Amino acid sequence: MNFTLKVWRQRSPNAKGQIETYEAQDIPADASFLEMLDIVNERIVEGGGEPIHFDHDCREGICGMCSLTINGIPHGKDSGITTCQLHMRKFSDGDTIFIEPFRARAFPILRDLVVDRSAFDRIIAAGGFISVRTGSAVEANSLPVPKDDADASFDAAACIGCGACVAACKNASAMLFVGAKAAHLNLLPQGKPEKDRRALAMVRQMDAEGFGNCTNQYECEAVCPKSISATVIAKLNRDYTVASVKEAVC
Amino acid sequence: MSTNGSLNSAIPAGPLAGKWSKHKNDSKLINPANKRKYSIIVVGSGLAGGSAAATLSELGYRVKCFCYQDSPRRAHSIAAQGGINAAKNYQNDGDSVWRLFYDTLKGGDFRSREANVYRLAEVSANIIDQCVAQGVPFAREYGGLLDNRSFGGAQVSRTFYARGQTGQQLLIGCYQALAKEIARGGVTMFPRTEMLDLVLVDGHAKGIIVRDLVTGEISRHAADCVILATGGYGNVFFLSTNAKGCNVMAAYRAAKRGAYFANPCYTQIHPTCIPVSGDYQSKLTLMSESLRNDGRIWAPKSPEVAAKLRKREMKAADVPEDQRDYYLERKYPSFGNLAPRDISSRSAKEACDDGRGVAATGLGVYLDFRDAIQRLGKDAISARYGNLFQMYEKISGDDPYSMPMMIYPAVHYTMGGLWVDYNLMSNIPGLHVLGEANFSDHGANRLGASALMQGLADGYFVIPATLPNYLAGEKPGAIGTEDPAFDEAEQAVRARVDRLMAVNGKRTVDSFHRELGLLVWDKCGMARNAAGLREAIEKIPAIREEFWENVRIPGDSRNLNMELEKAGRVADFLEFAEMMCHDALDREESCGGHFREEYQFTEADEAVKSGYTNPGEAKRRDDEYAYVAAWEAGAPGSKPKLHKETLEFENVKPSVRSYK
Amino acid sequence: MLMDNRKMNALGKACCQFWHSSIGKKIVVAVTGLMLVGFLIGHVAGNLLMFQGRDAMNGYAQFLHHFAHGWGIWFARIGLLAAFVLHIVATVALVRRNRAARASRYECDATVQASRGSRIMIWSGLTILAFLVFHILHFTVRIDPGLASLQDADYAAAHGGEARHDTFAMVMRGFQNPLVSLFYIVGVTLLCSHLSHGVASIFQTLGLRGKHSERAIQRLGWVVAIAIWAGFLSVPVTIVTRLKKDSGAAATTAVSPRAPATARR
Repeated sequence: MNFTLKVWRQRSPNAKGQIETYEAQDIPADASFLEMLDIVNERIVEGGGEPIHFDHDCREGICGMCSLTINGIPHGKDSGITTCQLHMRKFSDGDTIFIEPFRARAFPILRDLVVDRSAFDRIIAAGGFISVRTGSAVEANSLPVPKDDADASFDAAACIGCGACVAACKNASAMLFVGAKAAHLNLLPQGKPEKDRRALAMVRQMDAEGFGNCTNQYECEAVCPKSISATVIAKLNRDYTVASVKEAVC
Repeated sequence: MSTNGSLNSAIPAGPLAGKWSKHKNDSKLINPANKRKYSIIVVGSGLAGGSAAATLSELGYRVKCFCYQDSPRRAHSIAAQGGINAAKNYQNDGDSVWRLFYDTLKGGDFRSREANVYRLAEVSANIIDQCVAQGVPFAREYGGLLDNRSFGGAQVSRTFYARGQTGQQLLIGCYQALAKEIARGGVTMFPRTEMLDLVLVDGHAKGIIVRDLVTGEISRHAADCVILATGGYGNVFFLSTNAKGCNVMAAYRAAKRGAYFANPCYTQIHPTCIPVSGDYQSKLTLMSESLRNDGRIWAPKSPEVAAKLRKREMKAADVPEDQRDYYLERKYPSFGNLAPRDISSRSAKEACDDGRGVAATGLGVYLDFRDAIQRLGKDAISARYGNLFQMYEKISGDDPYSMPMMIYPAVHYTMGGLWVDYNLMSNIPGLHVLGEANFSDHGANRLGASALMQGLADGYFVIPATLPNYLAGEKPGAIGTEDPAFDEAEQAVRARVDRLMAVNGKRTVDSFHRELGLLVWDKCGMARNAAGLREAIEKIPAIREEFWENVRIPGDSRNLNMELEKAGRVADFLEFAEMMCHDALDREESCGGHFREEYQFTEADEAVKSGYTNPGEAKRRDDEYAYVAAWEAGAPGSKPKLHKETLEFENVKPSVRSYK
Repeated sequence: MLMDNRKMNALGKACCQFWHSSIGKKIVVAVTGLMLVGFLIGHVAGNLLMFQGRDAMNGYAQFLHHFAHGWGIWFARIGLLAAFVLHIVATVALVRRNRAARASRYECDATVQASRGSRIMIWSGLTILAFLVFHILHFTVRIDPGLASLQDADYAAAHGGEARHDTFAMVMRGFQNPLVSLFYIVGVTLLCSHLSHGVASIFQTLGLRGKHSERAIQRLGWVVAIAIWAGFLSVPVTIVTRLKKDSGAAATTAVSPRAPATARR
C-alpha cells in the first residue's frame, strides 16, 4: 500500500514546528501503524535524514506510551485501541494521513511527535493513591468488596494514562483521566478514608497544570483506548463538590 | 551460611520453613533516625523497582529512582496478563506454602535455590494483602471475596487475577505507592533517564552514570548502594513479547564492571503468541495462556495439506478430522492442551519443522475453538475470551469465531539474570538486583503467574529486610560524585556515546538488531545444539564488528535521539548474546527453557523403557549440571569465565518431569 | 469572636478555592443554568397562555406584577439577573481557560462525537445574550411607546376603569414585524441548540449522570430543548402566518404615548 504522510516535525521543545510530507511506499497491509513509521524511518535514516521521533514501547496497547493524533483523532479512527494496535489495512491505498502529536499546553512537545505527559504523574502524586505502608495491610479477604463496586472500580482502573482524552478534548481537559483515577479509588472501601482529600488534591493539581475543563462533549470517551465512560467525570464532579462543601463547613 | 566456591549464596542455615524468619531476625537493623542519612539508587520502576523504591522510601531512606520510560507507570510489568500466584488457599483445595514452593521449584526444573523459592512462596500471601489494600481491583465473587483461578496447568486454584490485565493493575498499585512517596519527597524520580554505567568505588557499587534521554545530558549520581530492577533481556532476539525499549544495558554494564551474569541461556518461550507475518514486524503479541483451557491445538497431519493452507487454497475449517493432528493431546494425554510452556512451545516447533506449519511463513499452528463453541455456545466463549478474540482479530484481521487462531511460540521471559545471593545482592558489594533482572527464583523455566509474584516479593518484602545487612556496614554518604571513580566512568560513557555517533556508516540500528535476533533465535532459541551454538559464537562478533564500523546514527547526542538510544542497547545485546550462547553451549543437558537437542530421552533410556516418559523428551543431567552458571564477562570477543554455584536440594528430590 | 473570624476565613477561603477551580465554576454554570432552564419553562408556559386568549394572558402578566405585593417579580428578576451574570462570567472564564489549554491547534482537526450544539455553546450563548437584551428592551422595558401604552379595555370595562397593560396585544403587535419575528426565531433556535447540550450537561456537571441514566438524560436534554423551542416559536409562527389574529383589536385602546405613567405599572 502507498500513503502520503503529513507529519509534524519539531526539532526541540522551543523550536518552531511544521508539517512535512513523506511518501510511504510499499507498506504491507498487515503492518501496524507504528511499524509503518518504522519502515518510513528506516528509509529516512538510510537516506541520510533524521527519523521521525515518536513515543512507543509495549506495542500491545497497554503501556500507554504511544501517542499519535492521526487525521485529527488520537490513536486513529478505530475505536478502543491505541496507535500501536492500529493496522494499515484499516486505511485505503493512496490515503493522505496527518500525523500530529497529542496537542495540549500541559503536554509540551519534546521532539516531533513526542510529548511530555509528566503532568499526569504529578496529578497522581497529588492524591491518586491509597496511603498504605508496605506491611501494614490487613488480610485481603477481611474486607469484602461488592462485586459490582469492584467491577465499576475496575472499569475506571483500566486507564493506561496515554493522554488521548486530553488530546481529543476540545479544551485539552484531563477530566477523564482524573475522573477515572478518582473513581477507581473512591469506589473501593479501601479508598474511602481519603476520598475527599483525593478529589480536592487531584483537581487542584489538574488545574495547576493548565489543562482545560470539561464541557461534557465526550470526545475523550470516544477516543479512549480502554473505552472508559465519561460518567467517571460526573462522579468526580460530585466527589469534588461534596468534598468542597465538607471542607468549607466542617 | 553455605559458601560455594567464590560465590557465597548466604543462605541461612536451619530448616527450610524457618530460614526466612531466622534470616530476618538475624539481619541488621538501621535506626530510624539514621535511615534518612542513607541514599539508595533504584534503576527501573516496574513491579520490582517501583515497589522497592516506594517501600524503602516509606522506611525513611532517601531514594532516587530511574526509568527510561516517560513515566514509571509504563514499565513492562504492565503487560503481564494472566495473574499472580499466592498460597492463600482461599479455595480450600489443599494449597499451601509448601505446594507453591514445590510447584515453582519443579516448574523451574530443579535449577533454582530451594531457600529462595520457599521464601517467595512464603511472602506470596502478603503480596495479595498489600495489593488489595492499595486498591488493586482483583476479580471478586458475588460475596465480595477474592476469586481465584487455576493457571498454567496448576492442580490448585491459587492465581489471583484482574481480568486479563493483572500486571497492569499491580503495576498501577505499585506506581501509586511510588507517586505517594515522590510527593512526600522520599523518592526523587528520573523518568526518561537511562543508566549507562555502574560506578564502583573500592569494589562497592556506589553510583551510576545516566543519560537524560530528552536533553542528552550525561550526569552522575552517587548513593550508598545501587539496586537494579531493569527487567529481562528477551529483546536480544529482536522479536519478543517484550516492550520495544526493554534491554540488557544496565545489567550488562554491571556485568562489565564485574557482576556475574547467571544462567543467561534460560529463556522462556511462550507457546501462544500471534505468528510473525513479515520482515517489517517489530514485536510479537502474546495471547493469554488461558486460551488453552478451551482451545485445541493442532497442525495438519500432512505437509501437503499444510502447504495448501499456507497458500490459502484451503480453509482450516475444511480440514477433515482425520487430517488433523492434535499433537499435545496425542503426546501428553493427561495434560493435553495445558502441557507446560516449554513442552507446548517445542511441540509447535517440531510440527513446523516437519513442514506442517500453517501461517504464511510456515511458522504457526492452530488454536481451534470450534469444539468449545459447539459445546458451550458462542456466547460462553465470547464471555470468557471476548477481549482476546477481539485483540486477535485487530492484529491478524481474521475472525477466530469462524476460523481457528494461528499461534506460534515467542520469547517471553528470561529466567537468567545477574547472580544474587539470598540478600539479593550480587557479587559486587552494594549492588542489589531484583525481579526479572536477577536469576534467583525461576530456575530453568518459570511457572505461569509467578513473575509478578517474584517482582513484588523482591521489592515489597525481601529487599527492605535484607538491604540493611549491607548498609549497616557502610558509612552513609561517604562517597560523592567527586570521587575519581565517577570521572573514569563518566569519561567511559562519553567516549562510548561519541564513538557510536562517530561511526556514521550506512546501516540502521534495527537492521543489526534484526540480524542478531534471527541468528540467536535460530541457534539459541527453542532448541539448541553444540554445532549451532558454536556457529553463533563465531558469527556474533562479526555482526558486532560490522555494527561498530557501519552503523548510522543520525542527529546529535545532545538532543532526544532515539536511534542513539537503540544503538547503545543493541551494542550491549551484541556482546551479551555471545555470553548467552556460551552458557547454552556449556550446559550439556536439556532443562526447562533450555533444550539441547543432543540431550533427550531415547528408546535406550530406562525411564522410557519403564514407560515413565517418552523418547524425545528433555533429558536433565542432575549429576553434572545441578549448578548455577555465573559468568564473569571478559573483554568483547573473549570467552566469559564460568563460576559455578552448586544447587543443593535438602528438602526435595529432583525428579524427572513426566507429563504422560 | 476570634474563633468565628477564623471560621469565616476558612469558609471564605473554601468558597474562593471552589470558585477558582474548574469544577467549581462548572458547578456554578450548571446551577445557574438549571435556574435559567426553570425560568424558561415557566416563561414558555406563560407564553402558551396566548392561545388561551387575551384575558388569560393579561391576567397572568398582572399576577406576575402583583405577586407578593409587587416584590415577587423584582425578587425573581434580581435572582435571574444574578444567575445570568454568574452563568456568563463563569462560562467566559472557563472558555478563556480552555482556549489557553491548547496553545497550538491541530493542522487536521476532527470530531468524533461532540454534537454541533455543544461545539457552538459560547456562540449560541452570546447570541442569546444579544437577543435577550433586545427582547427585554422590547417586551419588558418596552422602549417602543406604542407597545408600552397598550391598555386592556375589556378589563378596564369590567373593573370599573382599573388600568391593565394589554400584554396580549403587545405580543401580537410585536410579532407582526417580520424582522422582530425573524430575530426571535433565530434567538430561540440558538437557545434550543444551547439547551440541547446544556440540559444534559447540568446532570453531568452536578454528578447526577451514571451508566444507567446516560441515555435517558441525553434524551431528556433534547426533549426539553425541543419543547421549549416549539413552545416559544408557536406564538410568533402562528402570528406571522396569520393563523392567530388579534380579533379583539377593537377592545384595545391605544392610550396616547404621552401618558405613559398610567400605562406602566
